[in-house]
Amino acid sequence: MLDPAGPFAGPIQTVAWVLFVMAAVVMVVVLVALGVALFGPRKWKRRVGGERLIWIAGLVFPVVVLTGLLIYGLTTTARVADAPKPGEMRVRVTGEMWWWRVAYLDGQGREIVQDANEVHIPAGQPVVFELESADVIHSFWVPRLGGKTDMIPGRRNFMRLQADAPGTYGGQCAEYCGGPHALMGLVVVAHAPADYAAWLARQSRPAAAVPSAQGPLALIDQGRNVFAASGCAACHTIRGTEANGLAGPDLTHVGSRQTLGAGILPNNQGTMAGWISDSQSLKPGNRMPSYAVLSGQDVRAVAAYLESLK
Amino acid sequence: MSSETGFDPELYKRFPTTEARPEGELEQLEEVWCGPRRPWEWITAINNNYIGVYYVGAAMLFFVLAGVLALLMRTQLALPMTGFLAQETYNQIFTMHGTVMMFLFAVPAVEALGVLLLPQMLGARDLPFPRLSAYAFWAYLVGGLCFFASLFFGLAPNGGWFMYPPLTSTTYSPGINADFWLLGIGFIEISAIAGAIEIIVGVLKTRAPGMTLDKLPIFAWAMLIFACMIIIAFPSIILSTLLLELERALGWPFFDAAKGGDPMLWQHLFWFFGHPEVYIIFLPAAGAMSTLIPAVAQTKLVGYRLVVLAMLATGFISFGVWAHHMFTTGMPQISINYFSAASMAVSVPAGVQVFAWIATLAAGKMRFNTPGLFAVGGLVIFVMGGLTGVMVAMVPFDWQAHDSYFIVAHLHYVLIGGMVFPLFAAIYYWTPMSSSRPLSERWGKWIFWLMFVGHNLTFMPMHLTGLMGMPRRVYTYLPDRGWDLPNMISTVGSFMFGLAVLLWVVDMVRNFRPFGNKDAGNVFGGPGLEWLPSGRYSLRSVPVIKSLYPVWDQPDLARDVEAGRYFLPGAPRGERETMITSPINAEPQYLQRMPRPSSWYVWGAIFTAGFFLILTIQAYLVSVISGVLAIYCILKWCWGLDRPSGPATVDVGGGVRLPTYVSGPSSHGWWAMVITLIVSGMVAIMACFSYVFLWSRRPDLWQAPPEIGSLPLTLGLLAAAGVGAWASQGALKLDRPRSAGIAAVLMLAATLAAGGAFAAEASAWWNSGLRPDASSQGATVYALLAWQGTFVGISLLMGPFVLLRWLCGLVSSRYPATFEVVALFVAFTAVQGAATTLLIRLFPGVGA
Repeated sequence: MLDPAGPFAGPIQTVAWVLFVMAAVVMVVVLVALGVALFGPRKWKRRVGGERLIWIAGLVFPVVVLTGLLIYGLTTTARVADAPKPGEMRVRVTGEMWWWRVAYLDGQGREIVQDANEVHIPAGQPVVFELESADVIHSFWVPRLGGKTDMIPGRRNFMRLQADAPGTYGGQCAEYCGGPHALMGLVVVAHAPADYAAWLARQSRPAAAVPSAQGPLALIDQGRNVFAASGCAACHTIRGTEANGLAGPDLTHVGSRQTLGAGILPNNQGTMAGWISDSQSLKPGNRMPSYAVLSGQDVRAVAAYLESLK
Repeated sequence: MSSETGFDPELYKRFPTTEARPEGELEQLEEVWCGPRRPWEWITAINNNYIGVYYVGAAMLFFVLAGVLALLMRTQLALPMTGFLAQETYNQIFTMHGTVMMFLFAVPAVEALGVLLLPQMLGARDLPFPRLSAYAFWAYLVGGLCFFASLFFGLAPNGGWFMYPPLTSTTYSPGINADFWLLGIGFIEISAIAGAIEIIVGVLKTRAPGMTLDKLPIFAWAMLIFACMIIIAFPSIILSTLLLELERALGWPFFDAAKGGDPMLWQHLFWFFGHPEVYIIFLPAAGAMSTLIPAVAQTKLVGYRLVVLAMLATGFISFGVWAHHMFTTGMPQISINYFSAASMAVSVPAGVQVFAWIATLAAGKMRFNTPGLFAVGGLVIFVMGGLTGVMVAMVPFDWQAHDSYFIVAHLHYVLIGGMVFPLFAAIYYWTPMSSSRPLSERWGKWIFWLMFVGHNLTFMPMHLTGLMGMPRRVYTYLPDRGWDLPNMISTVGSFMFGLAVLLWVVDMVRNFRPFGNKDAGNVFGGPGLEWLPSGRYSLRSVPVIKSLYPVWDQPDLARDVEAGRYFLPGAPRGERETMITSPINAEPQYLQRMPRPSSWYVWGAIFTAGFFLILTIQAYLVSVISGVLAIYCILKWCWGLDRPSGPATVDVGGGVRLPTYVSGPSSHGWWAMVITLIVSGMVAIMACFSYVFLWSRRPDLWQAPPEIGSLPLTLGLLAAAGVGAWASQGALKLDRPRSAGIAAVLMLAATLAAGGAFAAEASAWWNSGLRPDASSQGATVYALLAWQGTFVGISLLMGPFVLLRWLCGLVSSRYPATFEVVALFVAFTAVQGAATTLLIRLFPGVGA
């Protein structure tokens, strides 16, 4: 929040500065009074050492300061949590142990496409986040874009966020959700509006078919076969293939993501291979077993296949 | 001043008396109040001079243990992605750190301070229920140690100290770890409530004559408000732990959204307890500050009445701020605004107290001794915590700060500045009262500065790490976020704090010598009664109080008190006794006989702890055996109660004669029962709230209640129970030859009617087809029935108990105290049953 990047984070920073100044002023008042009480000359001490101090500094002063703050706070509280109005851009994020299911919605709230752990938004316009939970309570927080809102089973909360400029904004689950809660990060990517439309169109397409061929393509082809044979599809969906599991993140375009393991690792073939063979030591307790049974060659192949899913 | 009880204030003028005291009176007093002689008697001791010291000691033990956990966590977080602690271990440790600090250290520590100090400050020989104190202490110690030990078996709870479901429900926490928390903490809260009842009755009924409410020491005011807040707030946590345990054990869906439950119900119930809890911890510590700062500055407290009013205001407002822990849960805007305003308002009375302390320091002359340093240091830290508290009361700011390290910093500033530093000030200040040697001043100053600097070094950088985006409760963090340096500084600071505590422990071992014949005396020149010369019997004689600062204002007081020239200079009946006075003007009412040590309450405590802990590890048979033994021990203890002896009135000095037996609203037992029933009523009210709350979430799941035709039977039987309990008392009062027998039989009939009503209501619901695990309606309806069933069960124990007492000739119209208390309980059971029945039958409607 120290470096706000949008109209829902900016005013909070202003509020924070007002509060810091208030706190500093009050602290100085208290310390001066205390200093006089402890070390001051007798004449000053007599002024401080009576019930008058309690009335003025302990009662009137705080009431005035707090009333001012309260009015200021209530008037700056933006309407971030209202239900979406027709035509607003909507994204549904569902907290899962310990990753984020992301669904892009059309104006009527119908799902266009699913993704995971990375939310793409157009810069310069507010986006309504519909926040839900599939299991326990999580909390969605992207500090540079705004405050946080809890994801509570059985409820749906709304929060508006906006990034003023294209860029990448880190976030993290803020409500303790057990096990590797510490490693439940996410990334928000803001695009220029035109780029965003292109991104969404690309994202909506199923995974490209992999031609059988020689060289690197052979490795990818082998990876696809290993993926299909090792039970990966029980949990993961790759649209355009037979993989349609729903328990884990959608992998249709996993190769285009910036991070792995919900915001904790950069995404490349090396980290992907490491994640597949040993996710339990990279993110202990997460729901994906370590596939140590796969040979090094198989792991490399699956990693190459997944990284090819741009 | 008009008299409250008919006591003639003119009688006070007879004191101090002038005639010599009889030979051997002091020796008899010493003999009656003698300390432990055999090893076993150290455990059965019930004098508050012993239990109070044990209690404070145990609380400090848990402080050190939870502090060690904090150092382990800081070691893990010193660097990013370290492997010092495994994830699961860390999650257990942070849960235990919060839980142990809040439930096993903070609340018991201030309660213990009350048990230790109140009788001394009020001029009583002991608190009115010494065995209850002992029971509460032993239950807490045994239960607390076993609870802590779960950490060594990897069975400690790991859901965070606020235990939010559904993370803590069986689906996501299948192990018994969470059960340890629910049963352990629920049980320790019961011990806290027992202590609170003791403190309320103690402050209101055992003050020295003439100590009217406006001469009540400020610490006693704080403890009175503290105890009342426990009575209102703790039922909520007891209910929520019961509900979650029922959901875990039997699948009753209170919090499971799939069946109409709501995780938010837990948050409301938990924080309705959890936020007042902060002030529950703070108020006694603030009371201690207001008591010792005048001694430090050698002048009277500026604004005594304002401070009392501020504490009362804190107590009230603190019950209206709970949802500020829930600003990010998507609450309606209007409630957010209200809770934001209330959360700011609650800082005002805290400000009043802070400036009263500053004004007092200015009015006098600060002496820089260790208690003074801790008081001033605590004040500064507390103000900083208060200011960040105002910041997070601002909703938009809280959206960012909530659940981040900013909150970790805030709450530690508030609790360490508002409670830990004042507690250390209090320990240094009052040690000379209990110990034959004071603690070292030189060490004390070192300890203070290490702790003060260590605290700020630890928690100041956390404000920054929080604002930089570091969430709380993380076992590690990624590098390259800029969090490394502030975390390393925090870790260094925490070890400084740890060193200070270690030095303090060493100094305690070197110098703390309690239970001796002599104490170190009034080292810091304090003004309260606790600084008069005393023995295990407390004061030799109980003075007439004319001032808030008796030791300063009544120069001959120490000599006269020690010479036995005031009330109760001996043990007129040769028993442990204390004077019971009226609640407002503290006019002498009667002489209470106090118990001597026995072992029933210790065994009762051990078996009670055993019942809950063994229940956790699911050894049901052993657990039930332990529970039955606990009930047996407690009944055995109760059997010995209410045994009048000796003459009807005795001379308590100066020719003033007081009765030795009273019943009804004048008696301490009646007060304790009424407060207990308020606690029970609060649980029932919170359960009714849960019922309405869950209905409002999913009205579609609600089915029609049983046929309305079955309602009159339940209500009729409950009316019969209520009327029977009331009539049995009337019968006893008639004082005819057979009235005792008629009363006992009537009481038995009343309890049976209550049992019949319960059976009728429960079977009506069962026959209506509603099942507790089917929906939120079933869960709450059967929870209310189960609560009522518990009371019916206790009533059904009481009925035969009273009958047995009658058969043994222990029920008579002259000694009706036990009988009255049982009648109150049975009548309450009837009223509670009627109220909850009407709710579940008539709300939201009688038809389908």
